[in-house]
Amino acid sequence: MAKIRENFPILSTKVYGKPLVYFDNAATSQKPQQVIDRLVKYYQEENSNVHRGIYYLSELASAKYEEARDVVRTHLNANSLAEIIFVRGATEGINLVANSWGKHNIVAGDEVIISAMEHHANLVPWQQLCKEKGATLKVIPIDDNGEIIFEEYKNLLSDKTKIVAVAHTSNGIGTINPIKEIIAEAHKKNIPVLVDGCQASPHFKVDVKELDCDFYVFSGHKTFAPTGIGVLYGKENLLDAMPPYQMGGEMIKFVSFTETTFNDLPIKFEAATPNIAGAIGLATAIEYVDSLGRNNIENYEEDLKSYALQKLQEVKNLKLIGNAKNRIPLFSFVVEGTHPLDLGTMLDFEGIAIRTGNHCAQPLMQRMGVAATCRASLAFYNTKAEVDYFVDSLNKVVKKLIS
Amino acid sequence: MQQTIEEIQQEIVEEFEMFHEWQDKYEYLIQLGKELDPMPVNTQTEENKVKGCQSNVWVNAEYTDGKLFFTGDSDALIVKGLVALVLRVFTGNNPDEILNAQPHFIADIGLANHLSPTRSNGLAAMVKQIKFYALAYKTKAGLA
Ligand SMILES: Cc1ncc(COP(=O)(O)O)c(C=O)c1O
Repeated sequence: MAKIRENFPILSTKVYGKPLVYFDNAATSQKPQQVIDRLVKYYQEENSNVHRGIYYLSELASAKYEEARDVVRTHLNANSLAEIIFVRGATEGINLVANSWGKHNIVAGDEVIISAMEHHANLVPWQQLCKEKGATLKVIPIDDNGEIIFEEYKNLLSDKTKIVAVAHTSNGIGTINPIKEIIAEAHKKNIPVLVDGCQASPHFKVDVKELDCDFYVFSGHKTFAPTGIGVLYGKENLLDAMPPYQMGGEMIKFVSFTETTFNDLPIKFEAATPNIAGAIGLATAIEYVDSLGRNNIENYEEDLKSYALQKLQEVKNLKLIGNAKNRIPLFSFVVEGTHPLDLGTMLDFEGIAIRTGNHCAQPLMQRMGVAATCRASLAFYNTKAEVDYFVDSLNKVVKKLIS
Repeated sequence: MQQTIEEIQQEIVEEFEMFHEWQDKYEYLIQLGKELDPMPVNTQTEENKVKGCQSNVWVNAEYTDGKLFFTGDSDALIVKGLVALVLRVFTGNNPDEILNAQPHFIADIGLANHLSPTRSNGLAAMVKQIKFYALAYKTKAGLA
């Protein structure tokens, strides 16, 4: 463990003279030295534009960029490179599908299904699409524990349903959804499913073939890679039939003033000069986590999660928001008599970084009956000692606030 | 003799100078928040809500003998401490004095740079609301 922490230089920094305890991994993860070094190497030795030059450097950058795509393909167990689109992040991936697939396939009277726990990024694009098309947004309800009510979901699926878009795991309350079952149920009616994997990819390996999802998105920065890079996976036949989302340079084959022939997948959806360094950094991040052993990480996190859960439940007047049986090490909570903002601010002075607010999921917060929560989200580099320090600090801060 | 807005601002700056660590300054804000006179519940209305704050903030104004008296509240303690400071600076003055005053104490105690953008926006919104009340009562008084 000490070794792993050494790989993340930021973890040994101090804030207000106290060792940093970084518990805001759901917002963004920290980056290992391996990824940082890889970015430096790229800019020092390999930088040039991709797919354009006929010279050595450009071919080198193009090769590295495409190798990165292959690392992602292998990681997700996708069928082909055509199915891996590099985007800026999950938000862009979802917007791409909502705009391209959505505008092409949704008509008045259709229905789009999301869940009550979606991040605004997987809610607003669908809501606006529905508004534009005269379609209806249907919301799978969740119970008081923050779990999807599966029977209700089944009832929502109908001939009018054109797509289901749900989070693999919730960024607001940590629930892991039964995504395989959700997909299988939709497929019985030939309805495609988009999965927002933002909060899943940092915690466990995703196999798109096993899930049989139609679209899968995640953000690199939440999974130990740089900001500004993310992945949209789509089944090739679906992507192939979709019109381009943005128009620009590399995504064309032939242009005259009257007509344009678009490039093949995946470049069809990568209009601008891509985040080349980001893609290469993402591949390095994936390889880094692989090198630690995905199983080791899952086991470690499982243990850390149970420990943190037990410790948090011992805090007086603390109420967990979301109590799903199947969850990631992400805990939303409130403490009676205190405001999340005050807790977050005072914990900051103890060196602890947590998120407070509505977590870009206002409808979820409304459903759970709170305006805002504190959210502690852990990664595999966090430790039980940090959890202890966090809980002690929380007790101390609560005491100051309510005495 | 009542202190002027300027004098109170100076006094606040001096109080905060006693604390060297940010943590202590914030703990002082918490204390001020706890000590703030309660706001009559019937004035915690939608109209008195200050928009643009991440937490709920209310400010109410009463106009007596040409002067404005403020009460306020927030559901977050640190913000309530900020409310307490703002009210202390402005309360008991006539609309003109309020409209002409510059709330520079926020910058002077370094809070302007230390507060998160959402909080400093919230603080600015509080001051704006107070000046709005002052303007409203000034106009009303002028018309009467
Ligand atoms: C579940 C979920 N979906 C989507 C997003 C949006 O990710 P990004 O801002 O990287 O596009 C987030 C990030 O907070 C998230 O947690």
